[in-house]
Amino acid sequence: MLGVLFEQTADGQRYIDWLLSGLGWTLALAFFGWWIAFAVGVVVGIGRTVQNRVVAALARLYVEIFRNIPVLVQMFLWYFVLPEILPTSLGDAIKQIPPPWGSFFPALLCLGLYTAARIAEQVRAGIEALPKGQTEAASALGLGGYLSYRHVIVPQALRLIVPSLTSEVMGIYKNTSVAMTIGLMELTAQARQISEATFQTFTAFGAATLIYLALALIAYQSMMLIDRAVRIPGSTPAKDAIEPTLADDVQPGTALPHGMEVVK
Amino acid sequence: MQGTASPIDRSSTIVVAENLVKRFGGFTALNDINLTVAKGEKIVLCGPSGSGKSTLIRCINHIERHDGGRIIVDGVELTDRMADINGVRSEVGMVFQSFNLFPHLSVVENCMLAPMKVRGLSRPEARERAMGLLRKVRIQGQADKYPAQLSGGQQQRVAIARALCMQPKIMLFDEPTSALDPEMVKEVLDTMVQLAADGITMVCVTHEMGFAREVADRVVFMDQGSIVEDGDPETFFRAPRTERAKGFLNQIIH
Repeated sequence: MLGVLFEQTADGQRYIDWLLSGLGWTLALAFFGWWIAFAVGVVVGIGRTVQNRVVAALARLYVEIFRNIPVLVQMFLWYFVLPEILPTSLGDAIKQIPPPWGSFFPALLCLGLYTAARIAEQVRAGIEALPKGQTEAASALGLGGYLSYRHVIVPQALRLIVPSLTSEVMGIYKNTSVAMTIGLMELTAQARQISEATFQTFTAFGAATLIYLALALIAYQSMMLIDRAVRIPGSTPAKDAIEPTLADDVQPGTALPHGMEVVK
Repeated sequence: MQGTASPIDRSSTIVVAENLVKRFGGFTALNDINLTVAKGEKIVLCGPSGSGKSTLIRCINHIERHDGGRIIVDGVELTDRMADINGVRSEVGMVFQSFNLFPHLSVVENCMLAPMKVRGLSRPEARERAMGLLRKVRIQGQADKYPAQLSGGQQQRVAIARALCMQPKIMLFDEPTSALDPEMVKEVLDTMVQLAADGITMVCVTHEMGFAREVADRVVFMDQGSIVEDGDPETFFRAPRTERAKGFLNQIIH
């Protein structure tokens, strides 16, 4: 059934090479987009929780804008609208970027900044789930705002949110398929190209589906490993946190993951 | 162990509270509090729940901001606008009811964090100091464990060591034994008695009247946000002057 993938294409390659090339772009977009999203998301998420109202309001504004506009629309905004609203010379320079980079960079920014808004909300929830005593203890030791966040608050908050970050990792690589709308030949775009060239629609999209599923599995397993690696010795695994019968036996304040239940 | 090993230096005060007022919304938690803590003094704050004892010691390191009056710690008046609140806080050790150890750091790292980041100690220096104080609270064997792997009593002793690592000029204890199982209260109290014997200035909110009797130079009794009695423990326990103090003592001694 998948035999058509190994047939020669007009340009001397095999169709499977098209798919693999698409996979490469998908992975590159997801990987680099993730690091943009994580870096910006942590900063904005912290910004949501600081006492400075201007910073908190700006962080909130960021989250509301980037989280509430559909990814597809954001993709078009970065690709079609941004060059038009910039000064002409800069806009023209952007339009001159050769393919595939002319599509890749707007897609990277789009996915990175969109996912960042979602991660920021997770980070905020993680920070707010921590017992108030943690901040108080840090303050009482003379650790100022920056040192408290850097050494006490953020390290704990990030551990708390590893499970929800897993779905963001899986989200960003699935959203890479939207980049085909601005001409990036990623996995879905290649599948469509194969289906148009061979009329084997089922095979083309079936293969792409299998690849996406495999990626999901890899992402999930990697996040499980990370979760295990950063788990605090002596604390209950995060999955126990949703089982109240187990939670009842643990003293409040000693086991970190229970804070997650407190948060909305 | 009646009294203290080092004399109280009445000429130098570490904490001065003058007409201190703290409100939570419409509720007045502290009403016109005047309190002076001399160097080397051990004060036990007691009183019924909601009397403002915890609020008072939380005002001493500005975790709670006061709404009126003045509070001067180590010669510095605490205000909302002060730039160096962390400088003051690093001289004031605090032990909480719920320990508040940092769960993601090992016992020894809990003790090393602030000395390294606030005091600028090198890692080996901070570790050496931390191990010395963990030995003092007799928990050096657990140095590389994490807080969740320790019992409540052990955690609270680590919290005491963590505060001591900053070499504070005064130690505040906010009901340090209230969250502990009964069999663990003694190990924490013993540690505190030992600290008192070393001459550390202490303000301790506690209902452990045996501890108050043994260690305190002064017992301060609070009720409804005011200081009702302030005197030596002998007098307070034998002959409380006010009805409120009598009632309180009857309740907790059974």
